[in-house]
Amino acid sequence: MSAPTVAHSVVEPTRWTKRIAGTIVVCYALLSMVPLLWIVLTGFKTPTDSIAYPPKIAFEPSLEGYVNVFTTRSRQTPEYIATLPPAGSWYDELVRSRNMVIAGPSKFAQRYVNSLVIGFGSTALAVLLGVLAAYAFSRFRVPLRDDLLFFILSTRMMPPIAVAIPIYLMYRQLGLSDTWLGMILLYTAVNVSLAVWLLKGFIDEIPREYEEAAMVDGYTRFQAFWKVVLPQASTGIAATAIFCLIFAWNEYAFAVLLTSGEAQTAPPFIPIIIGEGGQDWPAVAAGTTLFLIPIVVFTVLLRRHLLRGITFGALRR
Amino acid sequence: MNASSEVSRIAQRAALATPDKVKRNLRGLSERTITWVFIAPTILLLLALNIFPLIWTIYLSFTNFKANRASRGTDWVGLDNYRSVLSDGDIWQSMQVTAHFVIWSIGIEVLLGFALALLIDKRFRGHSLWTTVILLPMMLSPAVVGTFWTFLFQPQTGLFNYMAAFVSGLDASSFQMIGDVPLAPWAIVLVDAWMWTPYVMLICLAGLRSIPASLYEAAEVDRASPWRQFWTVTLPLVLPFLMLAVLFRAIENFKMFDMVNLLTSGGPGSTTEVVSITLKREAFEKWRTGYSSALAIILFVTVFGAANIYVKALNAVKNR
Repeated sequence: MSAPTVAHSVVEPTRWTKRIAGTIVVCYALLSMVPLLWIVLTGFKTPTDSIAYPPKIAFEPSLEGYVNVFTTRSRQTPEYIATLPPAGSWYDELVRSRNMVIAGPSKFAQRYVNSLVIGFGSTALAVLLGVLAAYAFSRFRVPLRDDLLFFILSTRMMPPIAVAIPIYLMYRQLGLSDTWLGMILLYTAVNVSLAVWLLKGFIDEIPREYEEAAMVDGYTRFQAFWKVVLPQASTGIAATAIFCLIFAWNEYAFAVLLTSGEAQTAPPFIPIIIGEGGQDWPAVAAGTTLFLIPIVVFTVLLRRHLLRGITFGALRR
Repeated sequence: MNASSEVSRIAQRAALATPDKVKRNLRGLSERTITWVFIAPTILLLLALNIFPLIWTIYLSFTNFKANRASRGTDWVGLDNYRSVLSDGDIWQSMQVTAHFVIWSIGIEVLLGFALALLIDKRFRGHSLWTTVILLPMMLSPAVVGTFWTFLFQPQTGLFNYMAAFVSGLDASSFQMIGDVPLAPWAIVLVDAWMWTPYVMLICLAGLRSIPASLYEAAEVDRASPWRQFWTVTLPLVLPFLMLAVLFRAIENFKMFDMVNLLTSGGPGSTTEVVSITLKREAFEKWRTGYSSALAIILFVTVFGAANIYVKALNAVKNR
């Protein structure tokens, strides 16, 4: 499927066609970016500005959203605040100007750390299992190979809520509910299917002759795998790892059903950030922005492999 | 240096003198052992966290077990749960909601995505940069997307209402995307289309780029109009790719939970209650474990059937 991108020699579009096509595509791209840019902007607004009508494009930037997402605050009377020692930092001052004092850190930082630990942990495990299985599927005669590969892929198709009930019961029995280990194992199980399929595609592209040459030189099969195939597959492994990481980072259904306190990740937490009198939109926007930055970076890094990732390795460029 | 070359010379001589069978063992694990050592961990993990829970769900679906009252005895009820799921009007209602969501979101994604792919394939300057920009929404967390679209859809003050009012001339406070019964089903379609049009676009683009230039040259020689070229060359050759995208989106949207749960949580009333949300309510709010297990199995069988077709389609596209 790796079709060379041939220039359509006879049918090269005219300059005007290109210009019109370009304009339409750029308009779509800009329009589709409006929601994202708006949420980033909202992160720098005050709560009042965030719900102003008509929506404010020009406003005085404030870090209140970012302060609020990381802290919990309590309302105090101005008289009480006047009795306090002078504010020790800019964020103390910002909060006090709203007649509040910082009561302590919020759980956002902890949720973010949970997302990182569970994301990286499950990614490492899924890629490790995936690369081993993919190598075996790619190089050896595995009985019932196609059936096994289909079985591995089909587990990805299960609706998460459908298996959530027994996993919930099972984890409660094993003491795995609301733990890092439980979530890492669960996300590994979901990601390993993607990892096997993607990595098999990458390993298939490495000529067998390299390993055979290495084995003629006295390497064992395992050494040939370790020292010849793995370095050759490093780009593919990196791309696969990023796909797994993005899935684990974005996952919501299992997280909201199986974690509540200790091991909860950021996606179930961000929507429930509330301030006085309802949702604290600048804080939600600030949390969202911080949560989305890694994804934007990864998307740019991955752009050459996106097609492969979203089709389980079936389509390549 | 000398010593090591001496060692390797001895090793070589030893290797020549060793019988083949011993040699194979000395060269490490046999291929068959490696195969199983490499594959077994993956299979075991999937058995533990996918197949075992699935079998358990099948068992539960024949009982009246309630997960919040586990100590109460569990009775075998046969097919009762399946019977009551299939005769439950609410389930058919949520199936209809799901069908509306799946059909419209995919319809819009196919039209927009294919159109965008055709335009990007004109290779204007900077097309690869803009492609990356367009792809961004599909990489985001559906839960977070659902959350920030509720903000854009805020009644009266939301940006969406403002922009829609600006374009249509309506009063911005005269409609609520996620509060009005007629509009809410379209709100989830709109957000899904925003998020997943890039997906269809990317796969169509791959299809367009796989068409050999010689076909267009031949069409050109035959003086086929661009319109005719589209219908006889472009569309038939992109179609398998398009089918793949449609099938995958259909599977994903059929089990859609996170985005809709955060955008509307099924409301107002149950106008956007897609079937995964119904399942979550039955399983984790009403705690009707047996009943919801039966529903889960019905869903799973549907998705599994679709997945089967999907894999066949994948292989067909791959082998072309």
